[in-house]
Amino acid sequence: MSVPPALPRWADVGLIPLINVLAALIVSGVVVAIIGENPFEAMMVMIKGAFVYKGSLGYTLYYATNFIFTGLAVAVAFHAMLFNIGGEGQAYLGGLGAGLVCLMFDSMLPALVLIPLAIMASAGFGAVWGAIPGYLQAKRGSHIVITTIMFNFLAASIMVWLLAGRLKAPGQMSPETRSFSPNAELPFIHDIANALGMEIARSPLNLSFVVALLACVGIWVLIWRSRLGYAIRATGHSTHAAEYAGIPVSTIIIITMAISGGLAGMMAINEILGVQHRTILGFTSGYGFTGIAVALMGRNHPVGIVLASLLFGALYQGGAELDFEFSTITREMVLLIQGLIILFSGGLAYMFNRPLAHFLGFLLTPRNVRGGRRG
Amino acid sequence: MTDASQMTNGGSTPPLAIELSAINKSFGDVHANRDVNLKVVSGHIHGIIGENGAGKSTLVSILYGFYAADNGLISIHCQTTTIRNSADAIGKGIGMVHQHFMLVPNFTVLENVMLGHEGSLSVEASAQKARNVLNKLSEDFGLAVDPDMIVENLPVGLQQRVEILKALFRGAEILILDEPTGVLTPQETVQLFDILRALREQGVTILLITHKLKEIMAITDDVSVMRGGEMVAHLETAQTSPAELAELMVGRKVLLEVDHTPAKPGVPVLQAENLCLTTANGIDHLKDISLTLREGEIVGVAGVSGNGQSELLDVLSGITAPTSGSFHVGTSKITTQQPSDPSKLRRLGVAHVPEDRHKCGIILPFSAAESMILGYSGTDEQKQGWWLSPSTLKQNCSDRMQHFDIRPPLPSLASANFSGGNQQKIVLAREISAQPKLLLVGQPTRGVDIGAIEFIHKQLIALRNEGCAILLVSVELDEIMSLSDRILVMNNGQIVGELAREEADERQLGLMMAGIGAEDGITTSQMRAGS
Repeated sequence: MSVPPALPRWADVGLIPLINVLAALIVSGVVVAIIGENPFEAMMVMIKGAFVYKGSLGYTLYYATNFIFTGLAVAVAFHAMLFNIGGEGQAYLGGLGAGLVCLMFDSMLPALVLIPLAIMASAGFGAVWGAIPGYLQAKRGSHIVITTIMFNFLAASIMVWLLAGRLKAPGQMSPETRSFSPNAELPFIHDIANALGMEIARSPLNLSFVVALLACVGIWVLIWRSRLGYAIRATGHSTHAAEYAGIPVSTIIIITMAISGGLAGMMAINEILGVQHRTILGFTSGYGFTGIAVALMGRNHPVGIVLASLLFGALYQGGAELDFEFSTITREMVLLIQGLIILFSGGLAYMFNRPLAHFLGFLLTPRNVRGGRRG
Repeated sequence: MTDASQMTNGGSTPPLAIELSAINKSFGDVHANRDVNLKVVSGHIHGIIGENGAGKSTLVSILYGFYAADNGLISIHCQTTTIRNSADAIGKGIGMVHQHFMLVPNFTVLENVMLGHEGSLSVEASAQKARNVLNKLSEDFGLAVDPDMIVENLPVGLQQRVEILKALFRGAEILILDEPTGVLTPQETVQLFDILRALREQGVTILLITHKLKEIMAITDDVSVMRGGEMVAHLETAQTSPAELAELMVGRKVLLEVDHTPAKPGVPVLQAENLCLTTANGIDHLKDISLTLREGEIVGVAGVSGNGQSELLDVLSGITAPTSGSFHVGTSKITTQQPSDPSKLRRLGVAHVPEDRHKCGIILPFSAAESMILGYSGTDEQKQGWWLSPSTLKQNCSDRMQHFDIRPPLPSLASANFSGGNQQKIVLAREISAQPKLLLVGQPTRGVDIGAIEFIHKQLIALRNEGCAILLVSVELDEIMSLSDRILVMNNGQIVGELAREEADERQLGLMMAGIGAEDGITTSQMRAGS
């Protein structure tokens, strides 16, 4: 049979990502074995390093926070059939927004006003950086993939220019702003827990993880429960139908890219307000790009994105541990494993669909029908 | 069928080109083909007719190797064979012309025809060979096409000719055509039928899949009728009538004529003055269109497709702004200075059933409940501000599904999983439920089975009787004539004439649709006679 039966939804959403990750791990295991280490041992170290060791879960969730924001950003744009490759630049500009607000107001505003303001600034700067390519796509027909990629470079150049110039803290050499005053800092989870009388290991995990989860709920409501979300999905599935329906397609494209850019920009909350407490060069370090793989693996659904973010967070944290424990497994090896996971769950995401569909189709067909067909 | 055709072949057993016995095919719970038998006599034009979803396409897909039958036997030229894929089918001399063409649009005719037969590294030698074969084929069968034309620049009729040439080039002796006239103008249909007759004279066996009774009557030698996945009859075309075939197709007597009472037109709802639409590269789609539509009347727009009817609907529904001219809806005036958009016009009471429901009318991956508010997502009666309530959407949808007999009545089923007729009913239910003052309807029954056609026609008449003004654009003259109170005829972007319901007949309309040239008016008898 050349046409497989349709894959059940549970298999598409649940089984396929699992199989993809498993395939990536098997290939990684082979590579680990080739360089002479025991792959099962390495696997154990990774799992322990991501979840078991003291403070490791906090690190995993801290990385996951970044991925949730950038993954959501890609997913929202994708619902309007827009490929936002510019998460990196939008996040970078978000860091500029948050940084500017903190630099200007951290001596005069209390934390309860300053932090929300800084969050809004990070989302706002990211939104503008997303909306400009959106405008160019909607009104000028410049392809969003090309423009968002170029906007990544623009963002990087602007940040180097500012951080090595105007925004550099006076009297120091490194390209970064001065540290913000403590009322611009998002509290760490371990500090909150301590205040509540619980003992938790120190980690960079901070309140922005909660903000990220709230953003997931917000995006779910936006996409599936709001009129705007309806318009976004209609535009994404069929521009002609959207035009027929009187949905202002150009406006929807610009709004969607603004929301997408805003989400990417909010990644800066975690890095700038949560951990660094100053704006530094290159703090986005590829999270924006990895967001594409996260969204792909999470099937553009907030729940899937949270799960995929956890996986990538665990990979980052467990990978660092791997680098630490094995002298033969270097930082580059860890990157290779991460690359394989991205390849299998992103680039080859649909590779196992057909075989699995055939297999399930065979498995789920009642036996008497199968017998009948042969006869 | 076979008994009858044996007689026509002078008593001796005629050679069979195709013999299918007891073919079965299921998709999950759907039994698409059930013990289907078919005998096609070599050198005949054999029609298979049936409603949408009767299993015609599945059957030919099995014959062409797209699907494997669950069981059953296939014999080609009296040899039992298995056909695993389309390459197998081509190897056995079967060619297929799909409803949607499988051509590379930016290749030339020659390049398309020789696709897959390029030979070695350099295409030059095989191109020359292919050119010779192509020229000979064109000559033998009267299929004149310039081999160096780029396919996308050819009219649809010629593109179809390229598809036929492609099949013949691969040595097809049996040609399957799946709904070949769906995309053709009446003139192109006549030309296609001439070609098919020429092919028959050269001994090619043709299997014609269609749901149009007229075409079966005009060209086929034999006809098989499918209903609900089964073959219900094999007949000799000369021995049957459209009424008998229609009855066999739906399994009951159908009222092809609509119960049409005289209209009681009221005040004007739509008044268009000198609407023009010119594209950036200077092509006039609409030229000085002026028309008036009153409450409680159906005005049909007849015309060969591509003469501005689609553009007229786009302008009146606000999708495209006119380049000059204006129109009134009620008391609101829409001009080039004060343009409108579809949502504004919907608020003025203009509903629109678009010509292409897959492209515009519904969104295939959306649930039926979501497609049911397309165009009304911002203005629907829920009035809940920013939010959409899924339970209200579902309730709303299932009420309409009951009222419009949409099957299956499942609001959460994806729109793509409904049959063509039911998809059209979703669109119609949505637009009629908006209680419009003016309904623009494009091709309401295109690709819809007879049962649903009847239902849709009744709904339109009922809406008119409630006082709605309806502008009906259709390429089906029967539909225009049975529904309209007045008929406007469009040709080359202009309204070239108006007829009252009583004065209109097929011939008269055909002449007007063709501009003035009498020879282009299309009737069944002309299709049959050829030109």
